[in-house]
Amino acid sequence: MSEDKEPLFSAKNLKLITAPLGAQNPITVQVLGICSALAVTAKLEPAIVMSISVMFVVVFSNFIISLLRNTIPTRIRIIVQLVVVAALVILVDQILKAYAYEVSLQLSVFVGLIITNCIIMGRLEAFALANKPWQSVLDGIGNGAGYGIILVIIAFFREVLGSGTITLPALGTLHVIPKIFYEWGYQNNGLMILPPMALITVGIIIWVQRARNNDLIETK
Amino acid sequence: MDRQGNTYTFIYASVLVVVVAALLAFVSQTLKPIQQKNIEVAKKIDILKSVNITSTPKDAVEKYEKYIGNNSFILNYDGQKVDGDAFTVSLEKEVKKPAKDRLYPIYICTIDGTKKFIIPVRGKGLWGPIWGYISLNDDKKTIFGATFGHKGETPGLGAEIAKAPFQKQFSGKTIFDDNGKFTSVLVEKGQNSSGNPHAVDAISGGTITSKGVQAMLQDCLSGYVNFLKE
Repeated sequence: MSEDKEPLFSAKNLKLITAPLGAQNPITVQVLGICSALAVTAKLEPAIVMSISVMFVVVFSNFIISLLRNTIPTRIRIIVQLVVVAALVILVDQILKAYAYEVSLQLSVFVGLIITNCIIMGRLEAFALANKPWQSVLDGIGNGAGYGIILVIIAFFREVLGSGTITLPALGTLHVIPKIFYEWGYQNNGLMILPPMALITVGIIIWVQRARNNDLIETK
Repeated sequence: MDRQGNTYTFIYASVLVVVVAALLAFVSQTLKPIQQKNIEVAKKIDILKSVNITSTPKDAVEKYEKYIGNNSFILNYDGQKVDGDAFTVSLEKEVKKPAKDRLYPIYICTIDGTKKFIIPVRGKGLWGPIWGYISLNDDKKTIFGATFGHKGETPGLGAEIAKAPFQKQFSGKTIFDDNGKFTSVLVEKGQNSSGNPHAVDAISGGTITSKGVQAMLQDCLSGYVNFLKE
């Protein structure tokens, strides 16, 4: 049981959180979970709520599957994972409908579709089935945050350029582009609100990240 | 016990499903009253929007009490009052019935002493249900305001019915012609708001949704004719 003496936040454990934020990012590097990243990023508020929801689901499903990992019959492990993820997603959906009704309307089907988010099943298969609960929780936090940070970046640019506002939970809508700009002839770019620009924004983020990190460039 | 055996697998799956089902059933039952209240508040916001009163989830209940309160009732096809609470009538179920058997809820809103009649409507768009509220002036024929909602129409095309430019066109249109014949409101391309008093401009690229709105108005408003002509 020597492994148990490993400190909770050892360098190896911390890397589980930091890696998905950068070089192992689920969206920009592994290109998982793209569909929801395109769909819910027209405004910041739904993007933030979606990120929190995904993080909740990935952390708890990782934790539960990791706890059960030695008891799950191999033949039905995917089904077991799906049941756990689906239960958590329904939980999130119910809570949003009760306490954040308007946001739940904006997110509409995408909360339900967290079930099919490749990041979650991917982490369960690749990590939680083979690691201890604590490490799995950290891995979940890291991947949830890695997903969330990209969503927030995309939503920030899309909302500022597309609507000229920033919508934050609890604070409401803030107008960030000064009125005088509009008088000078500035106009919000309606294209930014439409899904194609989300894809292009993701593309630009991937481009910037690859340009700055040589490890990510494939060698022939 | 053999962890890969059939018996273990079956027991494992059964226990898991029962535990999860119990948990979800419990959560769903616990949160139901709060969710129900949210849906009611959203409905009140929609109703108030049709008479151009903007409200937020915080003040919607209060404003609803002030402008409408208990001033709503259910009509039958012949325009007579029926017992029951108009607010709880599920239009989703009513529109499936034949026109003569439906219940027709109506809300009466009093703004600055004048009455507005608010009629809920519901129909089909391209991808799913569409719904809305039409308010009439106290002459019972001129539209004061309209608001529409939809479940999943295409953003930028059919979904435009939920936006102000489309809804504003309805204001001032009439649903009866000069001879008192019911005309509903047509939603057609090229109808400039200045022309036909019984038509509004459809949405380009949202033809099926526009036709859905037209059919919805025809279908739902026609049931109120006997009441409105009184």
